[in-house]
Amino acid sequence: MTVVADNTATNANALIRQRRREEWSVLSLAIPAALIIAFVVLLPVGWLFYLSFIGDDGQGTLEHYRKMIEYKSYYRVFITTFKVSILTTLICLALGYPLAYFLAQLPPRWAGFFMLAVLLPFWTSLLVRTYAWLVLLQRKGLLNEFAIDIGLWETPVKLVHNLTGTLIGMAHIMLPFLVLPLYNAMKKIDRDLMHAAANLGARPINAFWQIYFPLTMPGLVAGSLIVFVLCLGFYVTPAVLGGGRVVMVSTQITSILENQFNWGAASSLGVVLLVATIAVLFIAGRVFKLESALFGKG
Amino acid sequence: MNWLSKPASDTQITHSNRLWLYLLAAVIMLLLVIPTFIVVPMSFSDAQYLEFPPEKWSLRWYQEYFGSVKWMRATSTSLKVGLLTMLVATPLGTMAAYALFVSGHRIARALFVVLITPMIVPVILIAIGAFYVYGRTGLNNSIIGLVLAHTAMATPLVMIVITASLRSYDLNQELVARSLGANRFTAFMSITLPQIKFSVITAALLSFLTSFDEVIISIFVSGGVNATLTKHMFAALRDYIDPTIAAISTIMVFISTLLLLIVQWIGSRQKS
Repeated sequence: MTVVADNTATNANALIRQRRREEWSVLSLAIPAALIIAFVVLLPVGWLFYLSFIGDDGQGTLEHYRKMIEYKSYYRVFITTFKVSILTTLICLALGYPLAYFLAQLPPRWAGFFMLAVLLPFWTSLLVRTYAWLVLLQRKGLLNEFAIDIGLWETPVKLVHNLTGTLIGMAHIMLPFLVLPLYNAMKKIDRDLMHAAANLGARPINAFWQIYFPLTMPGLVAGSLIVFVLCLGFYVTPAVLGGGRVVMVSTQITSILENQFNWGAASSLGVVLLVATIAVLFIAGRVFKLESALFGKG
Repeated sequence: MNWLSKPASDTQITHSNRLWLYLLAAVIMLLLVIPTFIVVPMSFSDAQYLEFPPEKWSLRWYQEYFGSVKWMRATSTSLKVGLLTMLVATPLGTMAAYALFVSGHRIARALFVVLITPMIVPVILIAIGAFYVYGRTGLNNSIIGLVLAHTAMATPLVMIVITASLRSYDLNQELVARSLGANRFTAFMSITLPQIKFSVITAALLSFLTSFDEVIISIFVSGGVNATLTKHMFAALRDYIDPTIAAISTIMVFISTLLLLIVQWIGSRQKS
């Protein structure tokens, strides 16, 4: 009897061991990708974090962070960054919601066709689109001429190399990031709910605000967050369309590196930017499940 | 045919009530598409400065582009790096997505956090960080350095695409194959991969484009003979406007439109 029991135990142990080995061999499939990311992203960011606490004399110091609080110029950079990010997100919301709603209401065949209007810019290099706006918005550009033709304004208005141009370009680049998750959320809404609301006598506008709109919130929040966070670290479009007048954290980091070669100062700005990004994502992740919107987990 | 008075939605709204929405959507879609395609007519202009619509047509900017050693070298670097990134990121990202999808281990969660950091960390930080670390390891201005960085950027995207397709796929089929004696690798290659192949192709095209269009990291870590197309383009946009960019942009728009249409076509085949 005892021999049999022993055997069962050994078998069970062997099975557990085999299961573990199996588990590890599956997990190890993710190792190569994780190693590359560790080398290109984690190690450098960790290093920058360390550098941000090193002064010009090579000693540990908090001076870079102190300067950020003391100097008005840094303060203004952060205000600009947040202002541009919030405004871009709001513009995207104002344009993206009606567009996603329009697309979600179309029959599938037409939705697929009109969706190209969102996907084509999404797949096109943002450098190309930034360049296109640079041309469209210039003094003698298409937009100014069009506006003068239809009598919106009389003399060419300065639309580029300032905040206006930056916002237009960034909203154009970010809009698909809002429309796509929003559209997916709208597509998931059970149409019977709206039928039911109509049957029960709700006016269309009430049905929309009381039933439809709340159900689109997860997509709306996920989309706005993606836009906002991407805006916080955005570089190319503000650098080109802002023409040096819209100084965001990212453009400030590059100019510190280019002009002063001060790694400590540049790193500390980067660290604050990262912390701000993670804070936004963390708070949002607590409140709304962002991960589930992206990966469908959780 | 009184289309306008027909109901347009699940409530009692008719199409005529909806006209404002259709108009608004049309304007927004035009605003999205026009800047994407405006570069095409511009590239055929004969003018030295940018004008639209062009008064005289010519191919001079294309001649300029194809005749320039600088632009040709940059194009070949970008293509090379894009293809290599695609070849590295697609298998590695697929493997990682598969591992995280199958395993429920605690470590899988930690790996997930590592693998999505390229999406969370602002790219400017990755760029200067990589520039710093590459400076110490001699990887600046090298093809390998670019491919590694672009692979890191493309991997999370590959994972999103592959995870989505694994979710709509019944993994038990793999278990069946394994219970019949196939090991996990054989089971994956012969049962799972053929069924998610369209997503793998989509992920591959996406990772190529991620690399080919990437600007910020390239500005910092590429240079010399291995400067990318986007690095030169960015410099040209910031400092002076060279109409050659319109010709290059047109080619880039053509490439991305082509890839998008392939992916859309794949998607429609996958559904049917």
